[in-house]
Amino acid sequence: MTVDVLAHVKALSSPPGLSGYEEPARTVIRSAWEPLTDEQHADRLGTYWAVRRGQGAPPRPRLMLAAHMDAIGLMVTRREGEFLRVANIGGIDPRVLPGQLVTVHGRQDLPAVVVAPPPFLLPKAKRDNVTPLAELLVDTGLPAERLAQLAHTGDLVSFAQPPVELLNEQLAAKSLDNRASVAALTVCLEALQGRPLVWDVYAVATVQEEVGLRGAGTSAYSLQPDLAVAVDVTYGSDAATREFAHRTFPLGGGPALGLGPNIHAGLFAAFKACAARAEIPYTIEAMPGHSGTDAFAIQVARAGIPTMVLSIPVRNMHTPVEVVALKDIARTGRLLAEFAASLDDQFMAGLTLD
Amino acid sequence: MPTRARPRARQAKAAPAVRPVSKPARPDVELLRVLSNAAAVSGDEGAVRRMVLEAIRPHVDEVKVDALGNVLAVKRAARRRAAPRLLLAAHMDEVGFMIVDHDTDGSLRFEVVGGVSERVLLGKAVLVGPRRLPGVIGAAPVHLLGSERLEMVVRPGQMRIDIGAGNQDAARRQAAVGERATFATEFAVLEAGEGGAMALRGKALDDRLGCASLIGLLRGGPYPVELHAAFTVQEEVGLRGARVAGYAVEPQAAIALDCTPANDLPDSRGRENTQYNARLGQGPVIYLADARTISDRRLVDYLRRLAEDAHLPYQIRQPGGGGTDAGAIQQTRAGVPVVSVSVPARYLHSPAALARTADWENSFRLLTLALERYDARVLKR
Repeated sequence: MTVDVLAHVKALSSPPGLSGYEEPARTVIRSAWEPLTDEQHADRLGTYWAVRRGQGAPPRPRLMLAAHMDAIGLMVTRREGEFLRVANIGGIDPRVLPGQLVTVHGRQDLPAVVVAPPPFLLPKAKRDNVTPLAELLVDTGLPAERLAQLAHTGDLVSFAQPPVELLNEQLAAKSLDNRASVAALTVCLEALQGRPLVWDVYAVATVQEEVGLRGAGTSAYSLQPDLAVAVDVTYGSDAATREFAHRTFPLGGGPALGLGPNIHAGLFAAFKACAARAEIPYTIEAMPGHSGTDAFAIQVARAGIPTMVLSIPVRNMHTPVEVVALKDIARTGRLLAEFAASLDDQFMAGLTLD
Repeated sequence: MPTRARPRARQAKAAPAVRPVSKPARPDVELLRVLSNAAAVSGDEGAVRRMVLEAIRPHVDEVKVDALGNVLAVKRAARRRAAPRLLLAAHMDEVGFMIVDHDTDGSLRFEVVGGVSERVLLGKAVLVGPRRLPGVIGAAPVHLLGSERLEMVVRPGQMRIDIGAGNQDAARRQAAVGERATFATEFAVLEAGEGGAMALRGKALDDRLGCASLIGLLRGGPYPVELHAAFTVQEEVGLRGARVAGYAVEPQAAIALDCTPANDLPDSRGRENTQYNARLGQGPVIYLADARTISDRRLVDYLRRLAEDAHLPYQIRQPGGGGTDAGAIQQTRAGVPVVSVSVPARYLHSPAALARTADWENSFRLLTLALERYDARVLKR
């Protein structure tokens, strides 16, 4: 395997690619996936897919590996003198915003910072608790006249925190939800180089997951896969999540295999067996309802699709300092590759529910 | 980068030793970049001290580091006889964190050094210790917290720094108790066309702006005064370095070069913001009174007149709280007439302060003029 996971994840996490505006992310993904696949396409909502063709006689069964490429962020709602007001795109945590470095994507990229006004400028009721997003301001430092020329309502505002390497091959960066999973798909495609496949394997970078899984259902409709795997991130265990220990997963423990109504029980069993065969460590994540991933939409596309969820543990999810263990990305990619390579003509016939 | 001074016909006659110059004096943005990125939490100012020493050595006649870590430098007057002794002070230290313990999972407990709002800590990258080990202040994900919890301010005691150590022993080896941490913010310049750099974004602009100005002033000159420069320590924990520096220098007058909060944000209720303290874009901030000192009226008048004669913008800081090194220097020995000149900046003591380039340049020009025109008569009026 030749993918430099660290460099690749950094390259993937850096472009904005906010929900509905994924082009900057798609550009990086395209350059990574094109050399590893036989055919590529961006669909009408922007979802990008790249396929490794199998060697079986057509029509070949299709495996869809879906990772959303969109990121959460902010959007300018109006200018107020020298300042900008913003709304959220996706699930923003207002606690982490004050003091956060951002880039305003105006007529040019403007370095800026999100700030909470001092209490004396806020209504009394809003002084004690976390300052709500509506009261926060984005400041470029520009005078009002210059700002009016460069920034407008609707401009995107993305997090500008650069990636930082922690100890033990862990990376802190923005948008690891879900570019870490996109990187796992790259690892998978790389691992499949030179390996014969029976099925067609589609690596799919979906759009608008953070605002309602909108690219997943539509792309599953077009691609009509026989099986689908949503690859996303799950909660990494750390000091901040101690009280939620039963819902968190250790960094470095391998991918979490999802189990619940969004997941086909037979497919879950197949992945578990595959991980055991390949000696890839994993954990099991109970997903008693909505998995919170693209699988929720893919599962009910067309006449229904057997779906699986693989999750990479990430700390501080939906903050600009999400933390991932690089080996979890590599293991997730390898597990996907092992599974894809194991698929034969008989797999669907053997896939049953009790 | 050499410092260039403004054209000034009168001054050229008075002090022909000063080299002929034509361009307006400008502070050094690249110097500010390295100073802003350096870590120097109060009591641990070594990194900035080394930079200061290296930057000023070729330009001063004497330099030493005192018992607390202040850098004290002297630049002799162009004509030494009876040159007044003027002290300019800028503090090297910044607010930040100190590591105080290690949890079993390898995360670091910390305490805040100086006045940092707990509201700007969550979800920020930090650098720990002399090796600048990257870490992050973690936050539980929104998905796991109910709306009530999302509205609650998390206290620093509940926060941890995650350096990825994995366990307590590794954490102890990597980041010992007592090591300092700072925000990891990289300095950025906002170029918005039409005249280049317009705004500066970085951590610790309070008071690396002052340090960079003072270094720039030492690179210029000589002046008609004996210029004593104090790059002070421990300002953020009680103006402690300035107190001993003032005693040691025993100046005739002193100016603190600092950074003051511009709280000039809009009121969300639509009311006029009457407590802005200072405003971005309005030029250098001259202090009349803060919680620690009342500025010497003669020095204030001197600075105002200089600014007005040179058509430099300036603003008077709204009298109020806070304090600069001037407050400590004023009280040294038998007393020293003092004033503070600050660059206005927003969001001091946060991961990223914002200042406007023009304010810094105008502040630097005003201080340059103050040195070039100063004589003993300023205090006789």
